[in-house]
Amino acid sequence: MTKLIAIAWKDLRLIFRDRAALILMLATPFALTLGMGLITGAFSGGGSSIPQLPVVVVNQDGGQLGDALTQLLTSADLDDLLAARVETDETAARSAVESDQVAAAVIVPAGFTDSIIPKDADALSAPAVAIEVVMNPGRPISAGVVRSIVEGFIDQVEAGRVGGQVAIGQLLGSGLIASQEIAQMAQQFGQEQASLAGEPLIRVRRSDVAPEETNDFNPLLLLAPGMALAFLMFTVSLGSRSILVERRDGTLARMLSTATPAGPILVGKIAGVYLVGVAQMFILILASTLLFRLDWGDPLGVIALVLAAVVGAAGWGLLLAAVAKTPNQVANLGMTMMLLFGILGGSFFGGALPEGALGRLAKITPNAWAMAGFTALARGGDLTDIAPDIAALLAMGAALLAISVALFSRKGFLQR
Amino acid sequence: MLPILEAHNLVKKFNGFTAVDDVSFAIEEGEMFSLLGPNGAGKTTTIAMLSCLLAPTAGEAVIGGHSVTRDPMAAKKIIGVVPQDIALYEELSALENLHFWGRMYGMGGAALKRRIAEVLEEVGLADKAKQRVKTYSGGMKRRINIAVGLLHRPRLLFMDEPTVGIDPQSRRNILDSVKALNRQGMTVLYTTHYMEEAQELSQRVGIIDHGRLIALGTQQELTQMVGQMDALRLHLPEGQEAGELIAALQALPDMRQVTTADHQIVLIVPDAQEAIPPVFAQADRLGFKIRSVEIEEPNLEAVFLHLTGRALRD
Ligand SMILES: Nc1ncnc2c1ncn2[C@@H]1O[C@H](COP(=O)(O)OP(=O)(O)OP(=O)(O)O)[C@@H](O)[C@H]1O
Ligand SMILES: [Mg+2]
Repeated sequence: MTKLIAIAWKDLRLIFRDRAALILMLATPFALTLGMGLITGAFSGGGSSIPQLPVVVVNQDGGQLGDALTQLLTSADLDDLLAARVETDETAARSAVESDQVAAAVIVPAGFTDSIIPKDADALSAPAVAIEVVMNPGRPISAGVVRSIVEGFIDQVEAGRVGGQVAIGQLLGSGLIASQEIAQMAQQFGQEQASLAGEPLIRVRRSDVAPEETNDFNPLLLLAPGMALAFLMFTVSLGSRSILVERRDGTLARMLSTATPAGPILVGKIAGVYLVGVAQMFILILASTLLFRLDWGDPLGVIALVLAAVVGAAGWGLLLAAVAKTPNQVANLGMTMMLLFGILGGSFFGGALPEGALGRLAKITPNAWAMAGFTALARGGDLTDIAPDIAALLAMGAALLAISVALFSRKGFLQR
Repeated sequence: MLPILEAHNLVKKFNGFTAVDDVSFAIEEGEMFSLLGPNGAGKTTTIAMLSCLLAPTAGEAVIGGHSVTRDPMAAKKIIGVVPQDIALYEELSALENLHFWGRMYGMGGAALKRRIAEVLEEVGLADKAKQRVKTYSGGMKRRINIAVGLLHRPRLLFMDEPTVGIDPQSRRNILDSVKALNRQGMTVLYTTHYMEEAQELSQRVGIIDHGRLIALGTQQELTQMVGQMDALRLHLPEGQEAGELIAALQALPDMRQVTTADHQIVLIVPDAQEAIPPVFAQADRLGFKIRSVEIEEPNLEAVFLHLTGRALRD
């Protein structure tokens, strides 16, 4: 038992040291929630569009990335969100913040691009130069918006750099589109949400919801759980992937050589996947509660639902690791699953499920069940209202776990 | 006294390919035993079977009285394993790694803390233990890799090529720790493809090639197999194509064997003193420079050469 805990705890630790993983697990869903929330007007209360935020940009970088960020902030895409002007004088920009002329100043220091895209191998170990966002304390929300846009941009750059999935060169070669995609995507979703504004954003199954409540329902309460669940599917695949990583790197063999039977080792690994998923969900929920003042609803219900949702999700993650041959395959399958389940299960659309057969198919995703649960809780439901969702998630997880363990043992994982 | 390890006719086949072929040997408690063999000889596969990680295709091994096939858990409790490929978590510090592996060995609490401090001392990394393993040099990683295998004070330690690919200083440090551990009473099974290491470390050596144990005995017993031969090592300047010289040397009377590696030519002759003048004469005639000459007592390299006709390192 202590060995089992040691394995799970170690896995949790390892994931929280992996910057690339953290960006995808925590920063990206948070930034997307924030970005989409802004565009849907979640922060402006009445759902009307918010006035342009004054912001000043100082680009001392002179490299591709600095230019890209400046372009992004001044682009037409963000025109109705930001009123950005470009300054050359850093001190002037800072005093503009101090004198409350602008909500924030974005300062791209010299050498930013070079620190991200090293010109030669020697520069690889050079410390990264950070972009500075000077925030106007008098306008915390507006400044937060600017910061989140810059963070979104940096996430893209990081994802390209760390994940190695999109080489930075490609990212930039394609006309600097990638950095704008976040904003565009967010806008698109925002418009979709806006066009739905007349009708309810989601069909609600509970009948006990008062109509007034539905009307000023905060869209963030649909966006935040959706994003968290979508990226939970990524996290569980990452956690499960570590089973194959340990086999590849010999640490699994080493564990087996310590007179620990394979069964407890596998259980420890599964517990690790579970623990990481639960940690991610609670961090995201806590962050949105504190920063966006979101009320997720009955705390007991939320806790129970998270615990059940991660069971269902972990089942899928383990299944991927059980069928894949290499860690790389798990990573690719995990990304695919995240997107597919996110779309199918309505995570990207505030929980709205597709019509007809696809809608029925969506029931295989933990996203759909958990989303229904979170929506019910946010609309005032309690544990009894979400009992069917919890039951479905637990049953799904149990079945997938059984299949995965059977597959692992067939592969010889449980030998001795 | 019963041997602490007995391997009986171990065989391992991978889809018809025989990686380990009928290997038998025994190690006494307190002994330092080396398994010497070139790349792909079957050293790691043998260790994997002995540490109960790979089921033998045939044969059996008994460790401390426990069969590795029938009672692997009891056998595993006796052994410590230092795998050839470093098996650590790079994102964790050495301390965190040791703590984790200690818990996997069923240790914990203050006893584990004390033991971690001891093994760090033994491998000489106490001052750097808080750094993440990924910041370590190859030699430091290897030393932590060893430290993990020592945590639970195993009676029998398997070390699979623990010095591969590291700097001379780390290597020296590792060889010295191995000797110190053995002096303290730990039985060591050490695999290597460096003849010098086997020679320095162990009384008894098994030579393994193509999965077969082709010789087994004390160093003296093994070198006697070569007979009363001397080895003559010629060092040539770099960048010289020695083919012509080798052919000429092979043609000399009394020349038993000529091998070459890294600007060196090794000659096996009945009497080194007598062989030197004609060797130099040939080199002179063909315009070769010889930088230096060493006369060597027959060593394990010569034994391997004698048994296989090949150099240990190719
Ligand atoms: N899992 C496996 N499947 C197929 N062949 C294998 C497997 N493991 C080892 N072999 C083969 O068995 C032979 C012996 O390998 P082994 O790793 O035991 O050699 P070694 O003496 O440890 O060599 P090295 O010095 O390179 O570590 C090699 O030819 C290797 O290719
Ligand atoms: Mg090997």
